[in-house]
Amino acid sequence: MEKNTAHNDGHSMSNSVIGFALSLILTILAFGAVMWGVLPHDMIMPVVVILGVLQLIAQLYFFLHLGLAPEHRENTVYLILTVMLIVVIVGLSLWVMHNANVNMMPMHMSTSDAMLHQ
Amino acid sequence: MSSVSSIHADDGAHHHAHDDSKKTIVGFWLYLMTDCLIFASLFATFGVLANATAGAPGAKQLFDLNYVAVETLFLLLSSFTFGVAVINVHKQNKGGALAWLALTFLLGLAFIGMEVHEFSHLIAENAGPGRSAFLSAYFGLVGTHGLHVTMGLLWLGVIMHQVSKFGLNAVMERRIACLSLFWHFLDLVWVCVFSIVYLGGVL
Repeated sequence: MEKNTAHNDGHSMSNSVIGFALSLILTILAFGAVMWGVLPHDMIMPVVVILGVLQLIAQLYFFLHLGLAPEHRENTVYLILTVMLIVVIVGLSLWVMHNANVNMMPMHMSTSDAMLHQ
Repeated sequence: MSSVSSIHADDGAHHHAHDDSKKTIVGFWLYLMTDCLIFASLFATFGVLANATAGAPGAKQLFDLNYVAVETLFLLLSSFTFGVAVINVHKQNKGGALAWLALTFLLGLAFIGMEVHEFSHLIAENAGPGRSAFLSAYFGLVGTHGLHVTMGLLWLGVIMHQVSKFGLNAVMERRIACLSLFWHFLDLVWVCVFSIVYLGGVL
């Protein structure tokens, strides 16, 4: 019996309820930030992103039981490596394409027009 | 004496089985991490093409946030009910596990039903995946997530059948642990989808 509770791996009712409640609150706040119109417009997206990241962390901890405990550490390390890859893939794609849009010649401009602009 | 040694042998076997299932779960987690990279590329594509609407209606005209909020609630609830199902599995409560898995299945089905309805609505409004680069990226990203959830539903159906047939043995526990990771992972991806595609798109 003792063994059984030992390899529960954090699957307890309280963990599930806390994870669900936190996720629900963070989801409602994120939709509210956009739908209620109480925030200044350029604040909304940063707030949505922060709420999203908090919800990811809450679900990783309470639903997926990731953490620094020895039996979970391996999975956590793989996740951290993956997050680094994601940052590179997404971040660099957006950065490169943004610069391409800003700096490349507009489609409606001919080569001679572009040379006149210099 | 013989009973003592048999207990020890049993313990060793149990230990071995536990180690194996641990390896399987770590391996499955690695698969999920590669799935993360697929979604990362789709998100990067969406981010690059988000404004490439080519005169077609954009996110602001197309998306109904109330509808997406209900969809989100279904998926979040299903993640919670799966967690409760896993608790029942650990308690060796077969009936409870089956009931909570069935509830998870229904909530997942409701999510997919809403998504299919949303997609058919968009296509009927002449805003299908072929209309603009933005819509291609949108259907590609959200459709891939929906396909994953559909596969999860199929898998869930198989698991429920197996639990009712074989009961809750160590093999079933391992399979359910993998599916539970898969299901929670899809909820994580959906958090990114609704934050960036729907909420970010409408702004």
